[in-house]
Amino acid sequence: MTTTMAQALNAALRDALKDDDRVLVFGEDVGTLGGVFRVTDGITADFGEDRCFDTPLAESGIVGFALGMAMGGFRPVVEMQFDAFAYPAFEQITSHVAKLRNRTRGALEVPMVIRVPYAGGIGGVEHHCDSSEAYYTHTPGLRVVTPGTAQDAYDLLRDAIESPDPVIFLEPKCRYWSSEEVTFTRTGAPMDRAVVRRPGKDVTLIAYGPMVATALETAEAAKDEGWDVEVVDLRSLSPFDDETVTASVRRTGRAVVVHEAAGFGGYGAEVVARVTEQCFHQLHAPVLRVTGLDIPYPAPKLERHMLPDVDRILDTIARLQWDDTPVVAGA
Amino acid sequence: MAAETLLPSAAPVRFVAEDGSRADRGGEYGEPAEARLKEAYRLMVLGRRFDVQATALTKQGRLAVYPSSAGQEACQVAAALALEANDWLFPTYRDSVALVARGLKPGEVLTLLRGDAHCGYNPVETRVAPQCTPLATQTLHAAGLAHAMQRRGEDAVALALIGDGATSEGDFHEALNFAAVFKAPVVFFVQNNRFAISVPFEKQSAAEALAYKGIGYGMRSEQVDGNDAVAVLAVLDDAVKHAREGKGPVLVEAHTYRIDAHTNADDATRYRDAGEVAKWREADPLKRLETYLKSRESLTDSEIEQFAADAEVYAQSVRDTLNAEPELDPLSLFDHVYAEPTRQLAAQRAALAAELEA
Ligand SMILES: Cc1ncc(C[n+]2csc(CCOP(=O)(O)OP(=O)(O)O)c2C)c(N)n1
Repeated sequence: MTTTMAQALNAALRDALKDDDRVLVFGEDVGTLGGVFRVTDGITADFGEDRCFDTPLAESGIVGFALGMAMGGFRPVVEMQFDAFAYPAFEQITSHVAKLRNRTRGALEVPMVIRVPYAGGIGGVEHHCDSSEAYYTHTPGLRVVTPGTAQDAYDLLRDAIESPDPVIFLEPKCRYWSSEEVTFTRTGAPMDRAVVRRPGKDVTLIAYGPMVATALETAEAAKDEGWDVEVVDLRSLSPFDDETVTASVRRTGRAVVVHEAAGFGGYGAEVVARVTEQCFHQLHAPVLRVTGLDIPYPAPKLERHMLPDVDRILDTIARLQWDDTPVVAGA
Repeated sequence: MAAETLLPSAAPVRFVAEDGSRADRGGEYGEPAEARLKEAYRLMVLGRRFDVQATALTKQGRLAVYPSSAGQEACQVAAALALEANDWLFPTYRDSVALVARGLKPGEVLTLLRGDAHCGYNPVETRVAPQCTPLATQTLHAAGLAHAMQRRGEDAVALALIGDGATSEGDFHEALNFAAVFKAPVVFFVQNNRFAISVPFEKQSAAEALAYKGIGYGMRSEQVDGNDAVAVLAVLDDAVKHAREGKGPVLVEAHTYRIDAHTNADDATRYRDAGEVAKWREADPLKRLETYLKSRESLTDSEIEQFAADAEVYAQSVRDTLNAEPELDPLSLFDHVYAEPTRQLAAQRAALAAELEA
């Protein structure tokens, strides 16, 4: 069936609600309205207000309350309306959601999913386009996943809801409306595994979330330059799948990490470090990054200058020491 | 609900005056049964002794830090006594005596402060959440858990303890709002001990009483003399009953005072004067209850001696437990981070194991 990512997420929520009485969906505007991105469309109508409901407008409240409900045997799936509006809940997420299992030596667990529509590319005004993955991946105890395709949106959300660990589920907003063929039976890799989206021989593009599509586009365009590009979709940002990534880079000998978030202190730095540590002798060139600029997310009319695009990625691939030209750092 | 029905009493509820005589501000509340008051007294004696012992153990370096609740025993003990075995208590770092009163073993209560484990007891078995350090965050957990229990048809209530300073945090307000909107069976119990570390109540809130904060959320509220154990128990019993009957959450503020410094590491003479402390020492909740019960011939001298002797035995067991330093397994660091260790954690565990072998 051809479906958008938003519809795939909706289907995943419905199937989870059907399969498990303990699953609850709540947050701001998720009830009657169906969420500002319609991910929860029709769920209250079909499952009742007991299963999908609106809460007071308070992010810390939503997350802390959900934690209490998880302690009480439920499996809450909560929505943070936009990336930057999850920050009031940051304390609950890092100090409590991430740590309760550890603090109680396994006596209590927090099987909950925090859905965060994230990243830009939709012409949103400020505070609606943050890529906040590094904050969450830096926090032990959380799983952080992000789908790059509609099929993965379905698969990963089903897995996330069944996970005994709390999951930060980052939804790339700019992909909500892209349609593709999806089967609503789980087909994908386990939630903590990356996948090779497109095989190639010369260079590995490591991407996730909104950048998976951009990486695939780049791989097509790279053919004209004579480069055969492999695309790895991380899917799980934490834990990180070293095996899949390093196997790819060992095959190709070159790697570029792509993400929207600012580069400095960003998630890509972790990927580069791990790949370098594990593939040093197979690498023909330093591992490079293509990231957002180190600036606050810009106003909509300027965002295209912030976001990595095909050209910028191709330019970076070109710098991968195909000859003896030294690589210039930090371009 | 009409505002008048939510309003706290004009003055804090009080059954016993400072000199131990019967006061007349009990309002609508019934006086708790004699056996209950005697049990409260016994636990307050135990709690006071525990507190003194724990403070002494910080001086010997056995505990990293201890936040004393001396002077707040009426609140501490009543919080535990008001709950049934199946109810949940959500304590903070200051509420160790409430944990003692709830029946936790000394070793279990102090592991956090000794530095052995973040939570030394099993929260599911004891129905006591881990002692909470980030301020006010536990109030939301209590509201959420209370709502969950209600939805599951469990006949249980959650009681969250919180200090006056922490009521300024957003989470406190979000918790009151959530609890009231969802009619969750939860009691928020503020121990207003007049200070948040060095900051006096007047700089914390312009409200005359924190109990007034409940009404804006549509929540029943009450204020009580926190050094009058009879009153605190009467009010909390009633609040728990209200919540248990499905009538919604309750906010209770106890007016009390922190006799010792914020923790053993704090110098309270820098921010408050000796006269004030001396005045509050006179308002000692233990003495007050003792005088009251004796005057009503509910408590004999030999019982008082017996309770004190039992508390000594208990203090000895606290010392014994704390002096026996358990072996901690470094490899346990990797336990319970996730349900199953991730590949990265397994690798780090193996590396540490090898390091320990070497
Ligand atoms: C979110 C947060 N901010 C700051 C602190 C540091 N801190 C610990 S106790 C405390 C004062 C709390 O005062 P109060 O709520 O009145 O409780 P009390 O200690 O008097 O029982 C502060 C500021 C903290 N634990 N958590």
